[in-house]
Amino acid sequence: MLAIIGTVPEEDFPITFGKAKLENDFLFIDSKRVLVQRGTPALVASACKIFEVLKKDYPYVYLAGDIGKGTGSKKLYEYFIKDIRQREFQTLTFHYLMPDADWCNKILLVIEELHKHPFLIADAGFMYAAKMSGNAKYFNLFTPDTGELAFLADEEAPHPFYTRGFLLQDESRVEELIRRAYEYENAPEYLLVKGKTDYIVKKGEVVDMVSEPVIEALEPIGGTGDSITGIVSALIDSGYEIQTACVFASKINRIAGKLANPDPSTQISDIIKLIPKAALNII
Amino acid sequence: MKFFKKLFRNNKKNSFNRGILIFENTSEVIRAENILKKHGYEIKVVGPPPHVRKGCDLAIDFPIVETVGILKLLKNYELSPIDYMPLNDGNLKPVDLFHIKDFGRFIMVRAANMKITVHKGSLTIVNVSGGGCPDVPYLAAMLVGKNIYEVPEPNEIGHTLCGYALQLAYDKIKELCLQS
Repeated sequence: MLAIIGTVPEEDFPITFGKAKLENDFLFIDSKRVLVQRGTPALVASACKIFEVLKKDYPYVYLAGDIGKGTGSKKLYEYFIKDIRQREFQTLTFHYLMPDADWCNKILLVIEELHKHPFLIADAGFMYAAKMSGNAKYFNLFTPDTGELAFLADEEAPHPFYTRGFLLQDESRVEELIRRAYEYENAPEYLLVKGKTDYIVKKGEVVDMVSEPVIEALEPIGGTGDSITGIVSALIDSGYEIQTACVFASKINRIAGKLANPDPSTQISDIIKLIPKAALNII
Repeated sequence: MKFFKKLFRNNKKNSFNRGILIFENTSEVIRAENILKKHGYEIKVVGPPPHVRKGCDLAIDFPIVETVGILKLLKNYELSPIDYMPLNDGNLKPVDLFHIKDFGRFIMVRAANMKITVHKGSLTIVNVSGGGCPDVPYLAAMLVGKNIYEVPEPNEIGHTLCGYALQLAYDKIKELCLQS
């Protein structure tokens, strides 16, 4: 089973955990209702859509409310390291969490002690934490966009905000940035780099690229990175080979985007609804 | 155990995610320490690193991701550092390049890892994207669908460096909207 660990943008939202259920624009976890907008709810909803197509169980979810103060993330980290010991997940996807190198260390230590080592995916804040703490190589997959790839490639930067100018996001230099990220051990075994062209990377080598269909209007839409991470998480957890899962996720996300006939004001929930239709074209 | 040992070897990266607050005098440092500790921030008073050539003999080591929240809190107590920077080698500067993309009826500005998109006719913020800190979905929820001049500034409600990057993009897009 896939477990997703992340936050929702409500300060008072308590630690919530359980199997997710998706109904229309809402996720239901335990007795809580969460609107599907950008961020972890978009990732969870996208994974749910893939599991629906594959006729599999919805994912397990750990959520806390955090509006950037970090208190919700810290409570969730504390809860997670206790709870994970008594569970057995095949795949863990860490998402919008306050980047905290110490907590990343603690979580990896607990995971190392588990009877069965899950496949580890990180995106957003937890990917930053994995890089900050020097633990990127202990993960299996990161899903950075090209700007975040530049951050991974900069061995000095503690956050994308401090990425040095000579490495700044430049689609034409993606392969150079990939090489540099691996050179400084700031990348895991696999990367799915999200951009105008999506790059699938294994151990530093670009093994595939997806660049069609090109939908320019997807770039400004918040959550299109979250949806692709949700899709690839669900595919990997369902047994797809990693490289294939990355290629399929990239194509499904692009096709769902195209089906939405988007403009820059389109919201991610309108694209997520079309994931099943897009997936049926690919899977 | 092998993994455990490797993790501890990574401790050389411990300063990697830290920043340093520089103050005019030591009494400000002590006040800031008390305020930040009271509010639960994991900070400590340290000697400034050799590359810092301003301020007093003490400085505050803080989690750099939480820069915006910390500065905002200190400002509430009328306390402002004379500078702040990543702790590592002192050569890192915030990203200061903007990427502007015109989508016809819409315009998008990216600063560092954050993007903001506005409908040119109505000046409505239609999307916020990028970023990875947990205030990003919150900022998006607070800004999207509202007029660019009627929203709280990202710095006022954000807490992290992603929030700060969004502030830069927001300032830039407002400037562009004023010009057009």
